[in-house]
Amino acid sequence: MLGFFTGYAPASTTETVDNVMLFIVAISVVLLIGVTATMIFFVFKYHRKKGHKPVDIHGNLLLEVIWIGIPTILVLAMFYYGYLGFSQIRYIPEDAFQINVTARMWSWDFNYPNGKKTDSLYIPVGKPIKLIMESADVNHSLFIPAFRIKEDVIAGRTTYLSFAAQVEGRYDIACAEYCGLKHSMMYTAVIVMDEKNFEKWYNDSEDISETQEEVAMAKFEIPSINLLQEKGCMTCHTIDGSEKLAPSFKGIVGTKRIVLTDGVEREVIVDEEYIRRSILYPNADIVKGFAFGMMPTQTYNLNEEELDKVVESIMSIN
Amino acid sequence: MADGNAHVAAKSFYEEGTTKKSTGITSWLFSTDHKRIGLMYLVTITAFFFVGALFGVLMRLELMAPGETIMGAQEYNTLFTLHGVIMIFLFIIPGIPAIFGNFFLPLQLGAKDVAFPRLNLLSYWIYLIGSVLVILSLFMQGGPIDTGWTFYVPYSVRTTTSVSLPLFAAFVLGFSSILTGLNFIVTIHRMRAPGMNFFRMPLFGWSIYATAWIQVIATPVVGITILLVIIERSFGVGIFDPALGGDPILFQHLFWIYSHPAVYIMILPAMGVVSEIIPTFSRRTIFGYTPIAMSSLAIAFVGYLVWAHHMFTSGMSDTSRVIFSLLTYIVALPSGVKVFNWVATMYKGSIDPKPPFLWVMSFVFLFSIGGLTGLVLGSITADIHVHDTYFVVSHFHYVMFGGTGTIVFAALYYWFPKMFGKMYNIKWANINALFYIIAFNVLYFPKFIMGYQGMPRRYYDYLPEFADLQMLSTIGSWIMFATLVSIFLNLYLAIKKGKKAHNNPWGGVTLEWQTSSPPPLLNFDREITVNHEPYDFSQLKELDYESK
Ligand code: HEM
Ligand SMILES: [Cu+2]
Repeated sequence: MLGFFTGYAPASTTETVDNVMLFIVAISVVLLIGVTATMIFFVFKYHRKKGHKPVDIHGNLLLEVIWIGIPTILVLAMFYYGYLGFSQIRYIPEDAFQINVTARMWSWDFNYPNGKKTDSLYIPVGKPIKLIMESADVNHSLFIPAFRIKEDVIAGRTTYLSFAAQVEGRYDIACAEYCGLKHSMMYTAVIVMDEKNFEKWYNDSEDISETQEEVAMAKFEIPSINLLQEKGCMTCHTIDGSEKLAPSFKGIVGTKRIVLTDGVEREVIVDEEYIRRSILYPNADIVKGFAFGMMPTQTYNLNEEELDKVVESIMSIN
Repeated sequence: MADGNAHVAAKSFYEEGTTKKSTGITSWLFSTDHKRIGLMYLVTITAFFFVGALFGVLMRLELMAPGETIMGAQEYNTLFTLHGVIMIFLFIIPGIPAIFGNFFLPLQLGAKDVAFPRLNLLSYWIYLIGSVLVILSLFMQGGPIDTGWTFYVPYSVRTTTSVSLPLFAAFVLGFSSILTGLNFIVTIHRMRAPGMNFFRMPLFGWSIYATAWIQVIATPVVGITILLVIIERSFGVGIFDPALGGDPILFQHLFWIYSHPAVYIMILPAMGVVSEIIPTFSRRTIFGYTPIAMSSLAIAFVGYLVWAHHMFTSGMSDTSRVIFSLLTYIVALPSGVKVFNWVATMYKGSIDPKPPFLWVMSFVFLFSIGGLTGLVLGSITADIHVHDTYFVVSHFHYVMFGGTGTIVFAALYYWFPKMFGKMYNIKWANINALFYIIAFNVLYFPKFIMGYQGMPRRYYDYLPEFADLQMLSTIGSWIMFATLVSIFLNLYLAIKKGKKAHNNPWGGVTLEWQTSSPPPLLNFDREITVNHEPYDFSQLKELDYESK
């Protein structure tokens, strides 16, 4: 939208898409006005009140040829421009900078070749980028409105997206494929920096980025707390005792809680068994005050080893 | 020539049924009369339409301002799913064929009923059972379905909401559609009155015919797909979910192989109604009968080959994207041909813009916007940006609601006097058309702009920059709902205490206007033979019609 209204195009793809769009819309507006105006004109001109005698015209071959022929040319032109633009958008230069992306319910991970890991996308201006995208759970879609591009992130497949930013700044990244509860909150950003700044950021071992959140977690020295982050648990749960969407993990072992089992209230004491069950069958026992069906089963999200680690780290948060 | 007003016609189908008793609820629920079945569909489908519209208005209320307004995210996700499921499977797919196809196809063919009246009743029952299953699913454990009406895997396999039952409901509803289609195909082949060859058949019949073939051929594909998802959910068989070794893109292909042709199931019958209304109110023959009839068949068959344009960003190979884009542009052409021929039919006519005609004009405008923005979506370049945004939401509302929905109202206004023997308030209906077109554009046009600005669809919440346009759209939804209620009231009051309608109030020449209003049980009180083309208004001299 930035490019459209300010005259700056944040990425080369912005112009490509806007131009194709303008071409199609221009033709469409002419056709729409033509059809509507003719129709309204006829209604006034041939209104019954005027007492014309209707004339039965059964058709006209020449007219049919014209209004099949001309639209055929128009739509083929539209197709062709779309095809040209598409070839540009999908073209990946040899020297593109590759970044791996993992999408999950409901956050993004960006993994850089040097091992840097962030939840926003940092890129240098002018350099072609190739995102190699995978999903940890269901389908998502990485959408950068300012660049006019998106590509679905499909479970079990690898897809890619390629672009080069032209103007420094911060642009939204949205998820465009419905992925459940917090689909509309799966926003992050692409931060376009000049080459020098990017180099500094990229080679800086101490993090200055939005990764801070994650860094702080690591500093808690909780074993594999990052796994909780990585698996998306932290989108709903917390480790500081605050409870918004879901119970907090802080010091839960040994606490008593009231749960609903098949709609019947009962009291349980949190132990390893309970935690394990809550991960695999989240809706078997619902902690009173939280919504049924909110948490999806993590059976597909965790392998056995990961499950052990997750249980262990939850039990160690005090 | 029959002239209904002069003879005291036989009893109407309201007074004489196919069951022992001719009044009471069972005389309807067990009636095999195509007219009663059509009316039962009318009542049921209207009810679901209002529920669906109410859900739409509730969603708009939630979206009125950023942040939580009246509901949480889970409720919103459930609402757009139910809204979509109801509007698609319970309103727009059965819609015109089930209501007006049932009521008017036999009448227009000069037949006494459809080919298989009992199968017809069975189709209605299957529809009813399917819709009851949808309602039941709301109360199942896990809560109402939240997958969107497209049921994309893996989400639909993994969500803990109740998915299998509504999916099964869609499976059941599919049979209703298949059987209705089958019935109509046979009816059109076997039941035309003597003298009515295929090219003397009204164009509504042609459109129903093309639609019926899609219903019969395409619906089984979605039935099978749905069953596979249920099996996957229940037994963990890996068909679509990659965690179990399946392929989620396969689901999308199978789903759209049906659901794209299904959009022609939605629009073709509406196009047929337009081809009836324009000649009647222009009082001249249709321009380009054969191109219009053939374009229906072209749409029906080329329509099978474009499904993957719903998947331009799905990670499908780039070559397939290019091919499907090209095919998509080709299928746009026959729709264009229809629009041009309709407008040409008004040329040198004698036009009386009564409510049905005004509603058809609204249709031409709204449907053109829907169709032309489809050209944007057909372009692989532009679609990469607007796919899965409000641009698409706006586009399909313009096509389905502005196109088919508008024609449901046009058809009601057109055939209402025939169905009920009463006339509604004409001025009121005209004012409703005006409000409708205003409401529609206030409600949906802002969505085109928001979509291009990057507002994704199925979003419970949005960035503050969209707040103004979202508010505008919500205001549109209020005007729209008020208009819908007003349309309903006008027609309802007309049934209760409207003036008695003339048998042929508009001066129509197709066969349904040559019997009494409402028609007798067996439709005509004489044997029908046809020796005119369908829109030959020179017949009017010999026919009885309301001349004012
Ligand atoms: C009062 C009338 C209506 C209003 C206010 C309305 C409003 C809406 C809204 C707000 C959405 C959700 C957009 C989103 O979050 O992405 C939506 C989705 C939808 N609407 Fe409507 N709508 C109306 C009528 C209709 C009609 C008549 C049809 C079909 C004939 C229809 C078909 C759909 C479909 C298929 C969806 C998509 C659901 C999904 O994403 O799974 N709507 N509508
Ligand atoms: Cu997502």
